[in-house]
Amino acid sequence: MPKGGHVDDYASMGEGLATSDEKERAWGQISETEKGDDNVRGGPAEDDDRRSGAFFQILDSRFTQQELPACKPLLTPTIVISTFALIGILFIPIGLASLSASENVVEIVYRYDTECIPQQSQDDKVAFIQSSATDKTCRTTLTVPKNMKAPVHIYYELYNFYQNHRRYVKNRNDKQLRSKEYELETTNCAPEATTVDGSPIVPCGLIAWSLFNDTYSFAIQNKAIEVNKKNIAWQSDKDEKFGSDVYPKNFQQGGLIGGAKLNESIPLSEQEDLIVWMRTAALPQFRKLYGRIETDLVANEQISVTIQNNYNTYSFEGEKKLVLSTTSWIGGKNDFLGVAYLTVGSLCLFLALAFIVLYLLKPRTLGDPSYLSWNRNPDRH
Amino acid sequence: MVGEGLTTSEEGEEESPIPPSYRHHRRNSSSAVAASCDGFPKHSHVRHPSGADTERLAASQRELAESDSRLVFLGDPGLSDPRFEMPRNSIRTAKYSLIIFLPRNIFEQFRRLAYVYFLVIAVLNQLPQIAVFGRGASILPLAFVLLVTAVKDAYEDWRRHRSDRIENNRAASVCDPHSGRFFSKRWKEVRVGEVVKVLANEGIPCDMVLLATSDPTGVAYVQTINLDGESNLKTRYAKQETMIHPPGEDHPVDPAGFIRCEQPNRNIYGFLGNMEVDGKRVSLGPANIILRGCELKNTAWVIGVAVYTGSETKVMLNSSGASSKRSRLETQMNRETLLLSAILIALCLVMAICNGIWLGNHSDDLELAQFFRKRDYSDRDDKDENYNYYGLGMQVFFTFLMSVIVFQIMIPISLYISMEFVRLGQAYFMIRDANLYDESSNSRFQCRALNINEDLGQIKHVFSDKTGTLTENKMEFQCASIRGVDYSGGTSLRENGEEHCIVAASNQILKPKMSVKTDPELVRLLRNKGESEQGKQAREFFLALACCNTIVPLVVDTSDPKQKLIDYQGESPDEQALVYASASYGFVLIERTSGHIIIDVLGNKQRYDVLGLHQFDSDRKRMSVIVCCPDKTIKLFVKGADNSMFGVIQNKVDLCMIDATKANLHAYSSLGLRTLVVGMRELSRKEFEEWQSVYENASTSLMGRGKLLRAIASNIEKGLLILGASGIEDKLQEGVPEAIASMRQAGIKVWVLTGDKQETAISIGFSCKLLTSQMTQIVINSQSRESCRKSLQDAIAMYKKFAAISPDPFENILTGIVSTRVPMALIIDGTSLVFILETELEEDLFKVATVCDVVLCCRVAPLQKAGIVALIKNRSDDMTLAIGDGANDVSMIQMADVGIGISGQEGRQAVMASDFAMGQFRFLVPLLLVHGHWNYQRMAYMILYNFYKNAVFVFILFWYVLYTAYTLTTAITEWSSALYSAVYTTLPTIVVGILDKDLSRKTLMKYPQLYRAGQRDERYSLKLFILIMTDAVWQSVAVFYIPYLVYRQSTIDGSSIGDLWTLAVVVLVNIHLAMDVRRWNWITHAAIWGCIVATAICVIIIDCISTLPGYWAIFKIMGTGLFWLCLLGITVAGMLPHFSAKVLKEYLMPSDVQIVREMDKFWRIAATTSEIQNE
Repeated sequence: MPKGGHVDDYASMGEGLATSDEKERAWGQISETEKGDDNVRGGPAEDDDRRSGAFFQILDSRFTQQELPACKPLLTPTIVISTFALIGILFIPIGLASLSASENVVEIVYRYDTECIPQQSQDDKVAFIQSSATDKTCRTTLTVPKNMKAPVHIYYELYNFYQNHRRYVKNRNDKQLRSKEYELETTNCAPEATTVDGSPIVPCGLIAWSLFNDTYSFAIQNKAIEVNKKNIAWQSDKDEKFGSDVYPKNFQQGGLIGGAKLNESIPLSEQEDLIVWMRTAALPQFRKLYGRIETDLVANEQISVTIQNNYNTYSFEGEKKLVLSTTSWIGGKNDFLGVAYLTVGSLCLFLALAFIVLYLLKPRTLGDPSYLSWNRNPDRH
Repeated sequence: MVGEGLTTSEEGEEESPIPPSYRHHRRNSSSAVAASCDGFPKHSHVRHPSGADTERLAASQRELAESDSRLVFLGDPGLSDPRFEMPRNSIRTAKYSLIIFLPRNIFEQFRRLAYVYFLVIAVLNQLPQIAVFGRGASILPLAFVLLVTAVKDAYEDWRRHRSDRIENNRAASVCDPHSGRFFSKRWKEVRVGEVVKVLANEGIPCDMVLLATSDPTGVAYVQTINLDGESNLKTRYAKQETMIHPPGEDHPVDPAGFIRCEQPNRNIYGFLGNMEVDGKRVSLGPANIILRGCELKNTAWVIGVAVYTGSETKVMLNSSGASSKRSRLETQMNRETLLLSAILIALCLVMAICNGIWLGNHSDDLELAQFFRKRDYSDRDDKDENYNYYGLGMQVFFTFLMSVIVFQIMIPISLYISMEFVRLGQAYFMIRDANLYDESSNSRFQCRALNINEDLGQIKHVFSDKTGTLTENKMEFQCASIRGVDYSGGTSLRENGEEHCIVAASNQILKPKMSVKTDPELVRLLRNKGESEQGKQAREFFLALACCNTIVPLVVDTSDPKQKLIDYQGESPDEQALVYASASYGFVLIERTSGHIIIDVLGNKQRYDVLGLHQFDSDRKRMSVIVCCPDKTIKLFVKGADNSMFGVIQNKVDLCMIDATKANLHAYSSLGLRTLVVGMRELSRKEFEEWQSVYENASTSLMGRGKLLRAIASNIEKGLLILGASGIEDKLQEGVPEAIASMRQAGIKVWVLTGDKQETAISIGFSCKLLTSQMTQIVINSQSRESCRKSLQDAIAMYKKFAAISPDPFENILTGIVSTRVPMALIIDGTSLVFILETELEEDLFKVATVCDVVLCCRVAPLQKAGIVALIKNRSDDMTLAIGDGANDVSMIQMADVGIGISGQEGRQAVMASDFAMGQFRFLVPLLLVHGHWNYQRMAYMILYNFYKNAVFVFILFWYVLYTAYTLTTAITEWSSALYSAVYTTLPTIVVGILDKDLSRKTLMKYPQLYRAGQRDERYSLKLFILIMTDAVWQSVAVFYIPYLVYRQSTIDGSSIGDLWTLAVVVLVNIHLAMDVRRWNWITHAAIWGCIVATAICVIIIDCISTLPGYWAIFKIMGTGLFWLCLLGITVAGMLPHFSAKVLKEYLMPSDVQIVREMDKFWRIAATTSEIQNE
């Protein structure tokens, strides 16, 4: 190699060549794969100072010659088949586990938005819900399909309610929620920022304004079941996002009532319904935690539910559901994940088989030079 | 002779305002001439110029008015530049000052379209109605990029400031015009008109006209390596008129003296001016100035007057930036960028239309819908006031604009910045590559253009200059033909046992530095004192070689104090070879001053006065010198190219001799030798006087001097007696045949374009293995358009005939018949090209040339070289590369897609014009096959990958927006959106773009055929783009819909699922990249895995800000098993199609690169199989 001589010339300049040689040897031990490469090393390194011009010195480095020790993975049939097989073997049990977890979740869903409107008001539901004179109490009975172990989570589920609507999702002020000193901070909150006389609404914004205000109470055989509404919000929200010194003010006093009113003597950090509501949902169909039933429910028990149907979802064709559900390690009832894992897992097993067949049917020696394009048709340049 | 007389009279008329009295001021006028040529009447004027000053001044006044020239008064900067209009001598390579840095830098940066796009998006986002992101998040990407670039620019500029400061504060020695004493001054304070003294080995502070040098004859030597890259010393002369009274010491500067010269220009090889000193007018040429950037050598001191300073110096005027070419990949990329814009607009339109439909369908509901709240009830006076609702049309329009903002990264602007970083890295590795380092010239590879690195991987045609590129441009005298007798049996002197060339001078031995093989018979002939006609002519021949040149002999000390070497320095390597040869034959050039030369003729020192010199030019293709011999005869010696010389020979000479010489010339050139013909003529006194008068007129004229001198030269170079011819070997550069063979294997066609003769070109073609004996040569050598047409048509017919014999190669594969196609070579000369280029025959030439394996163009002019490159460039998609080293290659280098300059001996202009510069032709092989291949593979992959990764992200945003009533909410926080292309995913692409190697250097050099991958656009095409975009859509579906379906009926909040999407997409695109990386070293590992970790950290930091809605979301969701299962599921499901397709492709349709990678990995198996095949 013509470079060798010149590398040696520079070696005498004493650039600590011995150490780099050692390094190289060490590298060689680490990576046997590199042996195929030529060990070009050393190259001129110019002092950048322009006027010292042609001052060169050697920088003995594999880096500059792009010869860093490296691993060159290749998709050999063994690797491919074992990858697919491994994924398959890993995924199918996970899928099965998820499915069984989902199976074990007991869920009672009751859609009440239509049923809780009296027959005579079915034609004009909006007027019914807007009227303050009508009795919005609504009673029904739910049957427990299977034993439900405490805690049983009570959710309300809204459908077609765009909590992620751009106008809505930003209509809040987190500073105001957090501390009393920012009470006047109502940026982004219009049109629920201030009252007519200009004093700030706390909490301001459309999200708080539209707070869900249906209420549920449960009883089994006329014995009321206690609903625990404590700790339904994230602890982090209670500690950091919603101030313990911030009290509701001027709330829900505008021309249009959006939803629930707040007790002005309770600080925001304790208003857990509000905190839950203000963690806006990702999708237009969502559940929010209402509370928990801390007693086990036995199969075939009849639960009588009393719903205060206050919340207006009728103006936008929304749906309201009441959900009672236990949880498992994968959350609520959801078969999708299990099915997806089973599908992907079996697909991978299938692919592993398919590739085995392919490798058997169409064997190709890896690295066979006769497959090179210039060996196949030597004439074509 | 009739013609000459006529022309002389014309010249006389033209120059009539100039009186004859000062005509003696010719270029080389000196006392020496006068001393030795006593016989001639004009000599007395040399020392005693007289009279006619008023007339002369009048003449110069006339020129002042008409010419755009600069007046410099010696020693008087105040008068030279009264209004301080000329720049000071301080130079400023720095672009910015502290105050203007910010505005100027920002302005410069915004000249790129990409930044304007950023800006428009950022401005759009500031409008309250369509503000999608917060102010900060929208400006962040732009600010980041601007900041990075600004910091880089600031650092570079700081370094330039520092070096400027050092340069400007160097000390110069300036003469006080009144006292004549020199005092020290900083370089930056030197002004035009000041008289400056420079000592040996010092740099020259500005462009100066020489006034005096330490050498009594006024010679100074400068090294111009910084200026034009030539390492040999250049001779510069001070005029005798100013040498007599050198300023300084006791002589004050002549206050009446002034110089009139051209306005500053960037031609480093040209200077026109004249000087009035002591009441005399002296003409000045490029030989009289020394330029900034040069260094004074071998001369104790020089004194000169500054004529151009600072930014007007030629070196500064020449420091222009690199040429701006655009790489082919980038051009193709623009096509895909347009497609992406179309997709972007389509997405935005879908958004806008859907939003319109949704609003229309829900128009009745929106007033009461809690999440919309169309009406503002807070103002009770005006019940109809809408809250942020501008009517359906406007809402749709705003939605459209907002979609553009949200989906902006569909157009991967960050890609342009990444590409610059990648090119920078690639350039770094090319520059540092030890294989591209030329030891002999100590020069490294230079990347002058930073934007076409990847073009090096797609070259199909290489256009090469011959001299200095394929050949070393180191000439060696091989043989001589004198009077038609060939002397080529050269043996080296040492074998002869005698050394003819030693010259004893006062106990000292002078010896030429190099000795040349001599022909013993010729030596005997020269030594023989007998007056044979042959011997006489042989002596004249070598005398001509020793005289007729511009070589400067330099005496160099050796370790032996008694022995000194003569080093011949000169600008033409041919001349060096000839002078060394004549020295070896006993005609040793010992000394040259501006007025005379001393030649040791076979032991006798003889003085020849040089009365005139007609320099070589490409029209005449010859040079001549008029000398006054010791016997007082005046002789004209001419040497030049054969065709130009045979046109000006004496008519009555014996034709046998001419024919024999021509036969010898033919023989020499078919050996690959460069030939020169030498002739002479004795001038009568009358002829000389006529010539002298017109020559002086011409050489002092300011306008059109070159043309006048050329006409005078052609006049005198007539009726020559041919002495003989010389053959000089032009040595091939190291490794040229191997390099050409490699390139041919790589599917690169090498064309040689040379100014040499056809025979020479063909012989060089054979010696560098470009031509082989199996090739059919098609020679087109025509004198008219019709014959050109015929030759071309014959060639096409011949090709068709061959094609008929050997059927289509595709059939060969099927039938298995080995093809018998005969390789063809096209040899065409410049005259034919005149008739072909830019006419309808071009098409025919193109057809012929593309089927030929080799094309040799000889006798081509510089512009024709460019024309040939253009022929291929315009008519095909093939990438062209031009490589050359001389000024004549500049047009070709600039025309080709990639221009490469060889930093060789012929000056620096080719390098200045080139995109890349290197020391040797053979470096082309590692450059193209290794770096070009890598650069192309890396860049092509990087572009596609960037398109893909941004598209995945945009599609995820798009899917989500479908579930937000088309209102462009993003679950992914705006900060993550802004950081996605800047931080989350950029670094790995840059690292992979710089470092990933599909194959090792050794393998690429071993299998040049692998280069064809780039020529076939294997790594970047519309098909690949569509495939990867389809993959992007699938992956976005996987990323979006798996969490969507999992969390559809849960209490999930937007921030949590947004964090999941963010992490999933970053993991997925990085795994995708990881799957395609061919070579994992620690940097790659760090970049890819580090980026995923960095993203997680960023998301965590964002979620730790309690005023953002997503506070703590990541911790909540990371605590659930569902999150991790989703992430795993997304990654596997997303990668499954890509992985399977990759495996299938690599197994069923392996590319050459893939097979060779396998061979690399299982090299044992590969070795054995190939052995079996060979057996």
